[in-house]
Amino acid sequence: MNAEGDSVIRIRGLRTQFGAQVIHDGLDLDVRRGEVLGVVGGSGTGKSVLLQTIIGLNSPRSGTIEVLGTDVHGSSEAERQILRTRLGVLFQDGALFSSLTVCENIQVPMREHLSMPQSLMDELAALKIAMVGLPANAGPKFPSELSGGMRKRAGLARALSVDPEIIFLDEPTAGLDPIGAAAFDRLIRELQTSLGLTVFMVTHDLDSLVAICDRIAVLVEKKIRVAPMAEHLEDPHPWIQEYFKGPRARAAQNARAQRLEAV
Amino acid sequence: MVDEGDCWLKTAVEGGTLTVFAGGAWTVNAAGRLNEMAIGLRTDGVSAARLDLSDLTALDTAGAWILRRTVKTLNESGATTEVSGLDPAYTPLFDIVEEADEQPHEALHDEPHFILAMLERVGRAVFDALSEAKMLVNFFGLTIATLISALPRPRSLRPVALINQMEQTGLNAVPIVCLLNFLIGIVIAYQGAVQLRKFGAEIFTIDGLAFGIPREIAVLITAIVVAGRSGSAFTAQIGTMQVNQEVDALRTVGLNPIEVLVLPRINALLITLPMLVFLADIAGLMGGALMSVLALDLTVGQFMKRLEDVISLTHFLVGLVKAPVFAYIIAIVGCYEGLRVTGSAESVGKMTTKAVVESIVLVILADALFSILFSALGI
Repeated sequence: MNAEGDSVIRIRGLRTQFGAQVIHDGLDLDVRRGEVLGVVGGSGTGKSVLLQTIIGLNSPRSGTIEVLGTDVHGSSEAERQILRTRLGVLFQDGALFSSLTVCENIQVPMREHLSMPQSLMDELAALKIAMVGLPANAGPKFPSELSGGMRKRAGLARALSVDPEIIFLDEPTAGLDPIGAAAFDRLIRELQTSLGLTVFMVTHDLDSLVAICDRIAVLVEKKIRVAPMAEHLEDPHPWIQEYFKGPRARAAQNARAQRLEAV
Repeated sequence: MVDEGDCWLKTAVEGGTLTVFAGGAWTVNAAGRLNEMAIGLRTDGVSAARLDLSDLTALDTAGAWILRRTVKTLNESGATTEVSGLDPAYTPLFDIVEEADEQPHEALHDEPHFILAMLERVGRAVFDALSEAKMLVNFFGLTIATLISALPRPRSLRPVALINQMEQTGLNAVPIVCLLNFLIGIVIAYQGAVQLRKFGAEIFTIDGLAFGIPREIAVLITAIVVAGRSGSAFTAQIGTMQVNQEVDALRTVGLNPIEVLVLPRINALLITLPMLVFLADIAGLMGGALMSVLALDLTVGQFMKRLEDVISLTHFLVGLVKAPVFAYIIAIVGCYEGLRVTGSAESVGKMTTKAVVESIVLVILADALFSILFSALGI
């Protein structure tokens, strides 16, 4: 278990840089167990880079990242392999393997890391397909036969395949229509509470931020500022002010206020 | 391998009531073992069952599913089952698994009988080939019609694009075409010399070269190289534009994609392929000359004398006549498959492969038809 009690991701003094371009410098971040953390920032501030660095696809120049008590970049390959089965990642367009059916995609992590009979894998895949709200006939379909929203759900089912403790979502609602995006938000929240997941979500969707995030991490000046929405509104930083007080942000907050009144 | 953790399933029977104790970590890491234990549960002669979950230390969807399935099979075997001792923290997990299980399920894998699947594949391939042939003939007509409508307006022949394409498909292909034909010339001369020596007729090697290279070899090798080099490039270029919706953008600004993208490529190949074939003839004969001089102990002068005696303009023209036909085939197949690219980057790769295979097959088919035609005409 984690020495820090309830923080499942612990980043200290992270510095990432490509050539001369410094993306993050002295970045600290704690993600608490069971929370939904939304990560926002302007284009080029390194939101996706941060996600990739945490899951180990990218090496930082300096600093440490601990996920579930394992040092992502300092530990042995075997330890990292075990860590990977405890994480799920949903890439932007699902990143489903195009030569496999939805069902086979979901079974890839099970097949690779665990030993279980095909019949059980089929039962579990059917369960995950139903859990993410895909129609029952989606199992034998190939990714190219699915709509964008369905591909994301299938990607989520694959991310949840071996019951991870943390899931990483890269712009989960990008490219979905508002109705589909709202439904996807609800799905994430539902699964998060039922399965006790920690969610790390890079997003630009203000509606998602307002609707499902417990805290919001804003990437500014190569560092990160984490706080609930209300506190960010008090932050004098001009980018944060513009982001959370712009017309779109106000609309999202009004929508939430109206929903709360209606309840 | 992942650590499975400690987990167990114990049973006790008491007066027709089966009590099942599930404890430890019921997670996906141990799913294989849990599954076996759950399936191996004996339920003979049991009228009621109780599932005691008070010793569970960890649970996830895989564990919850196996527990739920166990309850279902117990119920089906006639033992009314009640569940007790579930930590309330796991109730939402059980609920979501139950909810997902209650939804209608369909087959996860499409697995028709293999003979049926084979028949289906054969049928599909035949129909696909037929419709592909029909569409290609269609496209051929479309390019001709567009060319005719463009002819009165010289600007619509796009000289800049045409010259650019001629550079890419013609000039840049000169080294590889010459090299390959030179090497093939060597190979043919060597094989001819070795075989004909048995009859003491080595000198006829040169006849073979003078006949084979201009008529068949040079044009065929060149067409195959160009199909692999330029035909595939046409598909990839137009296909990438199709993926970026550039082709749609062309249409919306009132430009005809056939005129802008396809015609310059067809025209460029029509001009450059015969030129390449001419160079290929020379390179092939040079390769043959080199090998003849080495293998037959001839001087270059003797080789040239013999070549002059046996070569004829007809052979050269027969080869050259085929070049524009092959060029047209390669260009329209490449462009057509490029325009058929849909949506994804994956489709670009697939169509490019298809274009190369198709154009080479059609080129060889056309060559065979030419042979029949020339033999009927006695040329």
